[in-house]
Amino acid sequence: MNFDLSEDQVALRDAIRSLCRGRFTGERVRKGFDQAMFDELATTGVFSLRADGFGWADAAITFEELGRAVVPGPLVWTHLAHGVAEGIVTGLERPRDGAPALLEHLAVADGIAVVDDDGISLVPSDAVAGVTALDWPLDPLTPVHRIDALPTGERIGGRDEAAAWRRGGGLLTAAFEVGMAQACTEAATGYSLARRQFDRPIGSFQAVKHILADMVVRAEVARTAVHAAAVTMDDPGIGDRERALSGARLLAAEAAEKNAKGSLQVHGGIGFTWEADVHLYLKRAWMLSTAFGNVHVHADALAARLVR
Amino acid sequence: MDLRYSETDEAFRAELRTWLAGALSELPTPPARDDWPARVRYDTEWQRRLFDAGYAGISWPAEYGGRGASPSEQLVFLEETTRARAPYVGVNFVGTLHCGPTLIAEGTDAQKSAHLPRILRGEEVWCQCFSEPDAGSDLAGLRTRAVRDGDDYVVTGQKIWCSFGHVGDFGELLVRTDPDAAKHRGITWLILPMDLPGIDVRPIETVLGSSEFCEVFLDDVRVPAANRVGDENDGWRVTNVTLSFERGTAFVSEMVDALRLAEELAPDVHDLSDRRELAHVVAQLDALWALTKRNVSQAAHDGAPGPGAFMFKLAYSEARDRLGELCMRVLDRGAFDIHDERVEERLRTLSLPIAAGTSQIQRNIIGERLLGLPKEQPWPRSA
Repeated sequence: MNFDLSEDQVALRDAIRSLCRGRFTGERVRKGFDQAMFDELATTGVFSLRADGFGWADAAITFEELGRAVVPGPLVWTHLAHGVAEGIVTGLERPRDGAPALLEHLAVADGIAVVDDDGISLVPSDAVAGVTALDWPLDPLTPVHRIDALPTGERIGGRDEAAAWRRGGGLLTAAFEVGMAQACTEAATGYSLARRQFDRPIGSFQAVKHILADMVVRAEVARTAVHAAAVTMDDPGIGDRERALSGARLLAAEAAEKNAKGSLQVHGGIGFTWEADVHLYLKRAWMLSTAFGNVHVHADALAARLVR
Repeated sequence: MDLRYSETDEAFRAELRTWLAGALSELPTPPARDDWPARVRYDTEWQRRLFDAGYAGISWPAEYGGRGASPSEQLVFLEETTRARAPYVGVNFVGTLHCGPTLIAEGTDAQKSAHLPRILRGEEVWCQCFSEPDAGSDLAGLRTRAVRDGDDYVVTGQKIWCSFGHVGDFGELLVRTDPDAAKHRGITWLILPMDLPGIDVRPIETVLGSSEFCEVFLDDVRVPAANRVGDENDGWRVTNVTLSFERGTAFVSEMVDALRLAEELAPDVHDLSDRRELAHVVAQLDALWALTKRNVSQAAHDGAPGPGAFMFKLAYSEARDRLGELCMRVLDRGAFDIHDERVEERLRTLSLPIAAGTSQIQRNIIGERLLGLPKEQPWPRSA
């Protein structure tokens, strides 16, 4: 037992972090996801990571870093689809009873993965009809289309694969959320040191300091939960995979949302502006909280594991 | 990152499980909460059994009579003793988890040989004499005075919230030896034999209706200078050694027990919002158990616990409060009877965000030490 990052994992984390610092700057991220971004991430191995011999723990460490930089795009779906579908893949849970669907990143996607309880289907992105782009999507970096009728598509996986994708998607989303939560703590801490009122940095006031302390603890506890879930997915013999995953997802979704709000509060008026990055984190946190099972789904799943 | 126990760990687990099954079947009935003589006997007899079986001082180095167990064996020990519902550390808390580690780190050879074996065998009960009526969160503002007189310190003052004060054989005592120095620089750490003349111990009745805490009045108590741990006026540093043990490890075993409580509550939780709240609490406790594993791994690797050790108590206090509130809601009118373990625990854990550094103090420490935020400017001294 050594529940610390291995030397290789530290190297992986640092490599992805420096890639994000160098290539996915705030300015570029604000332009949204495109083919060039996909190519760069693909070259780095973000999507092929597990096919290349890395585990879920390594994938989680990678997505944590992408989350810190709030990199846009259907990154989790494309990672899950690696080896099964070519190119950029977006995806969603099939809406019940043929209800209209809201889908992210349709315009850049080559395919759409549709997950339901019985399996996974792949729909070519040009095969969907009745498509309307939202002209004012919640997150400016995540374009959304409304789809009136989602075709059946071609089955690319059965029941087990669907369950595995939901688990993997939940884990990587949680990792991304943890990265966002950490970035919010760091941005707000930096601001609280730079911003002076009453002749001193606002971070010296306990009223502000305690918000930041809660943020760093929330992110670290969630991060540990995500790492534990990832390790359990790599080695299911060590514990209850579903319980670990749902717990991680609950804490990570909460951390991303609450830390973005904490950051907004510490930034004050600036945090309410379009110019500051704070809203990008908060809006993404809200969007991601609906992916691969929302908090209610995971709370119910975890509670069910306790009374087996 | 690796969470798998080694074969050695699993062998240790099997051996421990066998021993626990036998030892626990021979245990007497646990005493009533307010029957202190019986509680001391029960807790110290259990400590003696642990010692005889080689499990006392699980994390203490072997040269001081401990088991010197590896970090993962310590985790196994926690898991198994909790699962088997072995007696909690009880009146041995201060000795085994607090002052023992401090003596190992800072004590003289004579102090170590006088106390460490007796603590491990359950022959000495320790209490803590840190806080004062006017020195709580501002512990370094303590005023209990110690004046050197020949081979003794003459101590006068008042201590409060002394855990196990009325049953302790020895106290870990903080005194002011230099009233003119800056407040952190004039403090000394003394071993206080509780039977010295001039000591008056008065129990404080808590919200549980029992007396875990005491007031200790000291009136010209002559404490031998040989009982000083660390240098004169270096007590604040020695204290922080102790406090870091408290933050890092002292609450882990009751956290594991909280997980048991939450799991046992689950079948009784039928309301949807309560079930979701239970899931949140369990997620937090599971994460804190993982955080403990990370802290232990980092401490073994780097020689010092990582940032998680600063966070544990704050996060645990919050999770435990949510669990307590949930228990009260689920029990409904069943909560009218404190004999229910869950009600008793709800009351007991009200002290968690206050004891051993309030949650507000924990947030200051996290903000200042981990995030590098400046201290709030001091209040101007009145002339």
